[in-house]
Amino acid sequence: MSTRFRSALMAGAAAVLGLALTACGGSDSGSGQQAQAPARTLTVSAAASLTGAYQQLGNEFQAANPGTTVKFNFGGSDALAQQVVQGAPADVLATASSKTMQTAVQAGKIQGEPVVYATNSLQIAVAPNNPKQITDLAAMARPGVISVVCAPAVPCGAAAEAAEKAAGVTLTPASEEQDVKGVLNRVQTGNADAGLVYVTDVKSTQGKVTGVDFPQASAQGAVQSYPIGVVTGSQNADLAQNWINFVRGPQGAAALQQAGFVTK
Amino acid sequence: MSRLEVDVAVTRGSFTLDVSVTVGSGEVVAVLGSNGAGKSTFLGALAGLHAPDRGAITLDGRELGGVPVHRRRVGLLSQQALLFPHLTARDNVAFGPRSSGAGRRAARETADRWLAMVDATALADRRPAELSGGQAQRIAIARALACEPELLLLDEPFAALDVDVTPAVRSLLRRVVRATGVTTLMVTHDVLDAVVLADRLVVLDAGRVVESGPTAEVLRRPRSAFAARIAGLDLVPGRSCPEGLRTTDGTVVGGMHPETLDDGEAAVALFAPAAVSVFREPPKGSPRTTVPVRLAAMEPHGELVRLRAGVPDGGPGWVEGLAADVTPAAVAQLGVEPGDEVWFAVKAAEVEVHPAGR
Amino acid sequence: MRTTVPRFLWAPAALAWLLVAIPVAGLVVRVDWPNFLGLVTSPSALAALWLSLKTGLATMVLCLVLGGPLAVVLARSSLPGLAFVRSVVLLPLVLPPVVGGLTLLFLFGRTGPVGGWLDREFGVTVPFSTTAVVLAQTFVAMPFLVVSLEGALRTAGQRYEAVAATLGASPFTTLWRVTVPVVLPGLLSGSVLAFARALGEFGATITFAGSLEGTTRTLPLLIYLQSQDDLDGAVAMSLVLVVVAIGVIVVSRTRDLR
Repeated sequence: MSTRFRSALMAGAAAVLGLALTACGGSDSGSGQQAQAPARTLTVSAAASLTGAYQQLGNEFQAANPGTTVKFNFGGSDALAQQVVQGAPADVLATASSKTMQTAVQAGKIQGEPVVYATNSLQIAVAPNNPKQITDLAAMARPGVISVVCAPAVPCGAAAEAAEKAAGVTLTPASEEQDVKGVLNRVQTGNADAGLVYVTDVKSTQGKVTGVDFPQASAQGAVQSYPIGVVTGSQNADLAQNWINFVRGPQGAAALQQAGFVTK
Repeated sequence: MSRLEVDVAVTRGSFTLDVSVTVGSGEVVAVLGSNGAGKSTFLGALAGLHAPDRGAITLDGRELGGVPVHRRRVGLLSQQALLFPHLTARDNVAFGPRSSGAGRRAARETADRWLAMVDATALADRRPAELSGGQAQRIAIARALACEPELLLLDEPFAALDVDVTPAVRSLLRRVVRATGVTTLMVTHDVLDAVVLADRLVVLDAGRVVESGPTAEVLRRPRSAFAARIAGLDLVPGRSCPEGLRTTDGTVVGGMHPETLDDGEAAVALFAPAAVSVFREPPKGSPRTTVPVRLAAMEPHGELVRLRAGVPDGGPGWVEGLAADVTPAAVAQLGVEPGDEVWFAVKAAEVEVHPAGR
Repeated sequence: MRTTVPRFLWAPAALAWLLVAIPVAGLVVRVDWPNFLGLVTSPSALAALWLSLKTGLATMVLCLVLGGPLAVVLARSSLPGLAFVRSVVLLPLVLPPVVGGLTLLFLFGRTGPVGGWLDREFGVTVPFSTTAVVLAQTFVAMPFLVVSLEGALRTAGQRYEAVAATLGASPFTTLWRVTVPVVLPGLLSGSVLAFARALGEFGATITFAGSLEGTTRTLPLLIYLQSQDDLDGAVAMSLVLVVVAIGVIVVSRTRDLR
């Protein structure tokens, strides 16, 4: 029901938008700016790990572009890409892996080449002050240490596997979680001693867990890329491109870095 | 054998039961009453379902109050047979002996003996679902007696049976109760149950005992109006004979035998007062049983007039109290009044001869 | 006597049925049949199936051993506060299973009151173990057994038990030789329902027990995991679960009809 409801809303919004555009046609270069800016809504489908940074950027973007509303659809990258492929209304797609973005690209749903504007890397999440002295993957594999990782089938699990391979260490996890939040919860509730999560996840707990850097976090396949692209058929392609530029600009970089991403 | 003494008071809502009854060892006592007389409350108190406000129930000197039901050694046979649906007839009967510690084999032998006693050997391997109501009640009788209770409680044991199987089950119950000599207390609203099974009758009305005594005596000379209304039937004691029943003075009352009776067995002939015809002169060549009586009383009885019989000079004593219900027109035509000698006549087809408590 | 069903009920009745049946039928259509056998016999699929059956049976036994006595107490005793006890037992029917998983985690987790004690004294960690899976499943499945058994006990009434007592049977003998056999159909269908609920359990398990092949990754967890990257595998395993569930329901319903 909710998707139907949402598409009805979008159809309505598009109709209003179309009227607004024709009404304001040709006034861009003239004195149109002092008139009421057209009400426009930008829909951004973004990976859940971007939530904090994007919400902050959304407010800043709206402030810089009066009359523009940025609407977010946060979720798992795979699900978001699938939605875009199925024709869900979105102007921007920002996933947490190149692989998922590729699904949309291959379906012809992305205009041009998506750009990778940020990366996220793994950290070992441990209890505050690291009581078990876990300093690297080998320490995490010690007997008596309860470790938790993502299942290899999901991106954070694939990254963990790549890091393990690079370190020549085989972890014997107590559980392979469905997503990185699951891993984080295990560590946060004290049920696991160590878990492999992303830097951004550690940051999001605001000190409830401590992140430990380790060398293999930058190994091939362990680093998570964040591509972004304009969805084919977007009614707001110009606005979508503006958003991408904004995210790649200094304000975007600041917000992303604050959340723990490495920006390019 | 055990003697039962009950003296209880139970209050349930606005209803108060206050009853004192003694059942001698091996005796069969029927508590008779209409609906609401307090029969089930009384039985509930005996079975341990309602705690009495006051009083004592002693069985063979043993106080039963506070004794858990399974240690009371009180058997219960109620309207529904309530055979355990998952057990065969034999296993149902063997249940009691097994529960009191008998081995599997011994219990089985006991069960088979009791099944034979109630003529149900052929039903031993059937499940309750495959039994008719009468068959199930027979198994239930065997089951209740197989644990050799010191007291057997009967709660309207035939009320749920088809009318055509009731006489057979009733006489069977009579036979096995007599054979075992178990002290028995029955509550019922059916006079016939009391007549067939009980030595003594206790009539209950509004929670109190209104009359008690030997069954035949209470029914023939009801001292309370209530007992008379409950009785409502003409009753002639005697012994069974092929034609019907033979009284102590040799008069033969022609009648039907709904259940098998041995020749010479103690019995009663029962018939409705409305089935009695009244004549001035002895009717000639009539197939009916006729007997001379002296008219003792005439009283209105609904639409009819009830004529009460007394003993005429030199006549048989058993006619005392017999009733005949006739129309007012017939009374006018006969032109009789109390003190007159008349003849009571009843057709054999209207008379039922039942076995009687001793 | 059969009464006529009012005509206006047919359309919503048909819709109700279709609402359940069509998605299941859609699953059958969506299955990658040429690779079906390979998908459902992969090592991880077999491990999950075996784990699900094993934990489901353990859950059923635990429900019987603990829930059976509880149902008897609820149906037969007259303790004060019985209504309260009953509503607590029914909670898992209404609560999202994830909430059940969280409560179990807070109790049996390493930092929880019980879990912490077990960890300190015996070095036993409950989460991430197959025991945790069984605990989570028991939490959600228990009401199914208790409700259907209590219903059966109430329907049977106490008449047979009263008769058994007059025949000299102690309460214990009565329970084993009369009560249990009389309510056996209810007991069986309750157990089968509890087993079925355990088979389908997801939320409480993933929250409390975690997900590891062969230890805690039951069939529903595997299906959810596979739905992330291997949709064909997920669909194939879903169909296996549907078939098992239908089998279980058929078994329990036919017992009821007898």
